[in-house]
Amino acid sequence: MPHDHHDHDHAHAVLPPDPALRVKAIETILTQKGLIDPAALDEIIDTYENRIGPKNGALVVARAWTDPAFRAALLEDATAVVAELGFYGRQGEHIVAVENTPEQHNMVVCTLCSCYPWPLLGIPPGWYKSDAYRARAVREPRKVLAEFGVTLPGDTRVRVWDSTAELRYLVIPMRPEGTDGLNEDDLIPWVTRDSMIGTGLPGRPE
Amino acid sequence: MTDAPPEPVFAEPWHAQLFALTVHLHERGLFTWPDWAERFGASLARHGLSKELDGGDDYFNAWLEALEGVLGELSVADPGTVEAMRAAWEHAYLSTPHGAPVKLA
Repeated sequence: MPHDHHDHDHAHAVLPPDPALRVKAIETILTQKGLIDPAALDEIIDTYENRIGPKNGALVVARAWTDPAFRAALLEDATAVVAELGFYGRQGEHIVAVENTPEQHNMVVCTLCSCYPWPLLGIPPGWYKSDAYRARAVREPRKVLAEFGVTLPGDTRVRVWDSTAELRYLVIPMRPEGTDGLNEDDLIPWVTRDSMIGTGLPGRPE
Repeated sequence: MTDAPPEPVFAEPWHAQLFALTVHLHERGLFTWPDWAERFGASLARHGLSKELDGGDDYFNAWLEALEGVLGELSVADPGTVEAMRAAWEHAYLSTPHGAPVKLA
């Protein structure tokens, strides 16, 4: 119960959990050695908490839906195309765009750890990092998809892409029917985070 | 069809600190990202032997162990030094009046 201390009158500061103290210890040691800049840590946290998230990926998808030349370039070399939009991989990784079609649905996992296209989707959700998803996405993708509420036609193939430190995938979902009159800006809110991981489908914004 | 209810990017402040620390150390050139991913993957696998990891605290505990291992091997921060500093911080928290900023002695 992390918050039950509010009801008590503690004489001393609330002791953080053990791993938090270990992280703090490492930070202190590295700062004292001049190996890290605490301000840079704050900057990194702020970036991922507030500035980078699935809206970047949604812009890429909406543009691919509305601009055939962009779509072609994206499928050819996504790393270069998203870099032009200002979305760089901090680890020098390559980004590959995989497009859903009536024949093939794409789904992304990282069986090793939790590699993920950070510049486009931000920090992965908890379920993406869980053992359950990491193990089962490859073994029984249709069952996992069903749990996410995605049921595909029987003749649609499911292809699971296993990310690595060097290679991250962005799923380009199929453009929903009935959106012909919409432009890029209108379409962005249709593109959900999960639809770009392949565990969801785009849908009408609420 | 919507995503699950929004969750915070980092569930706990220490998850965020640990994440940022690792990204920063990589950018400072202490290790390559593929090396890190391999290290971290191995740590996750070890932690996952005894129970199914939930992607939250479990996940970052495995991350922390991997980073401690790397720092130890690089002789940047050996386990004894980290433990002594952890204990110093614990002491600081326990001896600082509630509400006052916590500082090392």
